[in-house]
Amino acid sequence: MYHAIVFLPLLAFLIVGSLGRVLGDRPSQWITCGAVIISALLSLLAFWQVALGGQAVRVDIGSWIVSGTFDVSWALRIDQLTAVMLVVVNGVSALVHVYSVGYMSHDPHKPRFMAYLSLFTFAMLMLVTADNFLQLFFGWEGVGLASYLLIGFWYHRPTANAAAIKAFLVNRVGDFGLALGIMAIFTVFGSLDFDTVFAATPGQVGKSFNFLSWEWDVMTTICILLFIGAMGKSAQVPLHTWLPDAMEGPTPVSALIHAATMVTAGVFLVARCSPMFEFSPTALVVVTIVGGTTAFFAATVGLVQNDIKRVIAYSTCSQLGYMFFALGVGAYPMAIFHLFTHAFFKALLFLGSGSVIHAMSDEQDMRRMGGIYKYVPQTTGLMWVGSLALAGFWPLAGYYSKDAILESAFAVHTGAGEYAFWLGMAAAVMTAFYSWRLLFMTFAGEPRASQEVMRHVHESPLSMLIPLYFLAAGSILSGVLFVHYFVGEGHVEFWGQAIFMAPGNDVMEAVHHVPTWVKVAPLVAGIVGILVAWQFYIRRRDIPAGLAKINHEVYEFLLNKWYFDELFELIFVRPAKWLGRLLWKTGDGRIIDGFGPDGIAASVLNLARRASALQSGYLYHYAFAMLIGVAALVSWYYISSGGGH
Amino acid sequence: MSDWPLLSLVTFLPLVGAGFIFLFAQGGDAQADRNAKSVALMTTTLTFLISLVIWANFDNGTAEFQFVEQHGWLGGGIDYRMGVDGISLLFVVLTAFLMPICILASWQSVTTRVREYMIAFLLLETMMVGVFCALDFVLFYLFFEGGLIPMFLIIGVWGGARRVYSSFKFFLYTLLGSVLLLLALIYMYFEAGTTDIPTLMAHGFTAEEQTWLWLAMFASFAVKMPMWPVHTWLPDAHVEAPTAGSVILAGVLLKMGGYGFLRFSLPMLPLASDLFVPLVFTLSVIAVIYTSLVALVQEDMKKLIAYSSVAHMGFVTIGIFTFNTQGIEGSIFQMLSHGIVSAALFLCVGVVYDRIHSREIARYGGLVNRMPVYAFTFMVFMLASVGLPGTSGFVGEILILVGVYQVNTWVAALAALGVILGAAYMLWLYRRTIFGELKKEDLKQILDLDRREIVYFAPLVVLAILMGVMPGPFLDVLHVSVDHLIEQYQTAMQAASEAADVAQLAAK
Repeated sequence: MYHAIVFLPLLAFLIVGSLGRVLGDRPSQWITCGAVIISALLSLLAFWQVALGGQAVRVDIGSWIVSGTFDVSWALRIDQLTAVMLVVVNGVSALVHVYSVGYMSHDPHKPRFMAYLSLFTFAMLMLVTADNFLQLFFGWEGVGLASYLLIGFWYHRPTANAAAIKAFLVNRVGDFGLALGIMAIFTVFGSLDFDTVFAATPGQVGKSFNFLSWEWDVMTTICILLFIGAMGKSAQVPLHTWLPDAMEGPTPVSALIHAATMVTAGVFLVARCSPMFEFSPTALVVVTIVGGTTAFFAATVGLVQNDIKRVIAYSTCSQLGYMFFALGVGAYPMAIFHLFTHAFFKALLFLGSGSVIHAMSDEQDMRRMGGIYKYVPQTTGLMWVGSLALAGFWPLAGYYSKDAILESAFAVHTGAGEYAFWLGMAAAVMTAFYSWRLLFMTFAGEPRASQEVMRHVHESPLSMLIPLYFLAAGSILSGVLFVHYFVGEGHVEFWGQAIFMAPGNDVMEAVHHVPTWVKVAPLVAGIVGILVAWQFYIRRRDIPAGLAKINHEVYEFLLNKWYFDELFELIFVRPAKWLGRLLWKTGDGRIIDGFGPDGIAASVLNLARRASALQSGYLYHYAFAMLIGVAALVSWYYISSGGGH
Repeated sequence: MSDWPLLSLVTFLPLVGAGFIFLFAQGGDAQADRNAKSVALMTTTLTFLISLVIWANFDNGTAEFQFVEQHGWLGGGIDYRMGVDGISLLFVVLTAFLMPICILASWQSVTTRVREYMIAFLLLETMMVGVFCALDFVLFYLFFEGGLIPMFLIIGVWGGARRVYSSFKFFLYTLLGSVLLLLALIYMYFEAGTTDIPTLMAHGFTAEEQTWLWLAMFASFAVKMPMWPVHTWLPDAHVEAPTAGSVILAGVLLKMGGYGFLRFSLPMLPLASDLFVPLVFTLSVIAVIYTSLVALVQEDMKKLIAYSSVAHMGFVTIGIFTFNTQGIEGSIFQMLSHGIVSAALFLCVGVVYDRIHSREIARYGGLVNRMPVYAFTFMVFMLASVGLPGTSGFVGEILILVGVYQVNTWVAALAALGVILGAAYMLWLYRRTIFGELKKEDLKQILDLDRREIVYFAPLVVLAILMGVMPGPFLDVLHVSVDHLIEQYQTAMQAASEAADVAQLAAK
């Protein structure tokens, strides 16, 4: 069964990827959708057995790389944490596969698209079922590849190509950290298997090792290196710049990869490594600070974006920040719970916005939308559900998970926790604001699109709406149904050995004792945000423009995403090219060649020119003469040395 | 079967094929050309099959040389000795594997002097296989330097516009190294009285001798690798060489330097090897970063891939000089992988060069629209080149990095930085040639891979992925021999430090 869960999508990818053009569109869609749906159903079974039944499984597949003591196998590890991820990954993936049938109906490359989606699903499954760090890295880079292929799916668009490369490269920067972390783990522990490493971790606490000529605490260094990888994959500041650009990909991709699954891999990594992070308070503080900062930063940028998908992208970035600071304060179950619920409502929002874009003849700019709720009532309603869940209204999913995160950040009573809590609160207000700004600008008010576009506005086909309803059900129910198991009374039993909490970590208990105002505050924040959005975009529609004019610098600063891209361009991209040119022309050309071979070659070449002029192009003969010369030289050396003996 | 002279057979069969062509494919007409090509293809294919037989009969469980042949030759300790161990075996197979592909790749692109071309390639194969089979230093040297001559001819006769400049640059560089290698050879012969490689390994040169011998050999191997700063012949040679020439240059000739380090420098001169680790690490790290940056701004596809080769070879030298299992096995694996992947990348360039006659990146764009199969093939090798897990490039890279991390974290970190740059230049190359809209007029008629091209790309694609997912069969060949090499090194180091202790005691 576990083999099937992981390898069915691979099989579908191989079949459709190689034979897609022969098979045609329909069969390709049937094969990929079928494989992933079966995989998803089996995942539910696995969730039942492993997570609710409490029996972790390990399936051996075979040996991968063996070199001396470096011994890494292919294996599937299905424990409670993996089981949760299986449901998220395969569940959302199956829905997205089905949705894509409708969404991509006008695209000429359907088989290729479906094959990529299945490839992504396989890589993501390898990531979450990994039993050692190297297989995790395999999945990690594999999802990066699939993401690269899918962002650049419309390869004739220069912006899509640029975004695809950017995503791959920024992720590589993160992977640089992850790879170093893996090397350090092998050097310290002599193994990359999770169980071996985690079991030996307590023995390394307080020890230090030499890294880059400096003595560092072992666990802190390793954890921070791993976290750098997580920052790249999960788009945390300052490695977030690729995520908004990744919206160049088709919308189902954004929902699957850039909202529900791949970007949460970093959260998964830290949770998986909780037995290591728990022994490094310093690393956890770093995680908290980065997470809190991202939650706040991304929310501010989300306030002013006009592209409907970019708003949701920044929202994702912000919500990932929440998950990270939850991890940072030691509340791993909270983080995974939010990952779980967020997958539903964020995928819902993305696919819903896809439905809008589909209806509006591929328009993505909200300034040219408005007033379409009458034409797409179902999409409107579904987007409302998603937004309510995101903003955290009872009894929807976000209410349970997001509040739990904010409460735990408050409950730990540390400096970093406070920092994250207040930034998280501010982000909560902004979350509600930008979500309703999106709803109001898109659906309410007067139409701002051309008449031509408005005439074609239509509700999406069933293949797109049915997945949306599934996700809406998840957005409504996943919180209330699972709160008991994930973070409530049942959490110890539910997680079993999958998540480790050090003896001093009592955050799960402490959240029950936070003051009432902390429990109410997120709800108030949500209501305030909505009211402000209503004031700005329904009642007094002149306010936003006026504000933007008065605070021009602030507006520009936010609109340009705090100028991160420009900064990176200035300090990395341009110097690299400049340096490359310098090394090439001056280093290789003038210095090495100039002093080296060219000086000598110049004279030889003169000779050669004369020779070839003489022999009018019979270089062959000339070269043959060289050959004889060398042979003579060699034999002379040889004979003289042999004779001397 | 084990008493057959399999190694001599695999080495000299191509020479026989060359002689055959020389004698029977005369006339200079189309029929003669076709015959020459067919003979070359059959010979190289047969050679490859024999190399597989050798692999199948190879015993992974011993570090001894296998399939050993010995005949009196020049006397005075210089004999004809052949043999392979775990370190050399796969290079023989790699060489024999690439040759039929080269012949196929030249099937239509070479139109002048076809007969001589085929002879040159078969000659080259004998030399290259001989390098990896030779167990006598003189024999090794003859093959090692002899290989230059056909290569020199291939570039000089069938090369591009600046072929004369390039072939001389290539020749000058390598000749300079060879002369010093020859000096080392002569010295060792006088010292040990034999050029038998296993005997030389056990000889135990004094520390001072080792230093000088090491430097002399280094000059030769570093040029062959090539290491920074003696790498500038490579981009020029690649640019001017015909496609198959580039394939062999990148696929096999570049591996001779690394093989030289493993066969000579490390086991024969362990103390000096240890002494020069900082030098090798420095040059290699510079190579990785420097050439990656240079590759980033190249406008010529072949130059870009050539520079990337230098960067990849930088990884190899780093791995070799870690003196640990992961580093050395990673290096050998990286060389094999690079042999497949860079060879395939040059073939990819060859495909479009045959059609459009330009290597300029800006000349292309949007090829995927007309050539989906080509785009897929190119993509596989691009990903293997950037070391994506699941491809052959990853296994070598990660082993080298894991190996060197245990020795020096700076080198590990800086080399890992090169991995980022590697992704940058390859993805950018791919984007500029394959993706985008198809705007250029003449590209609108370009044809996708034909059946002949698919035939030679298919095994390369399969290997690039198979070696990434299941590297076991390849790594298994290496284990015992590499362990033995490391043991030799450690014994020598131990003996040296004990001797130093004794000397210290005596001084007191």
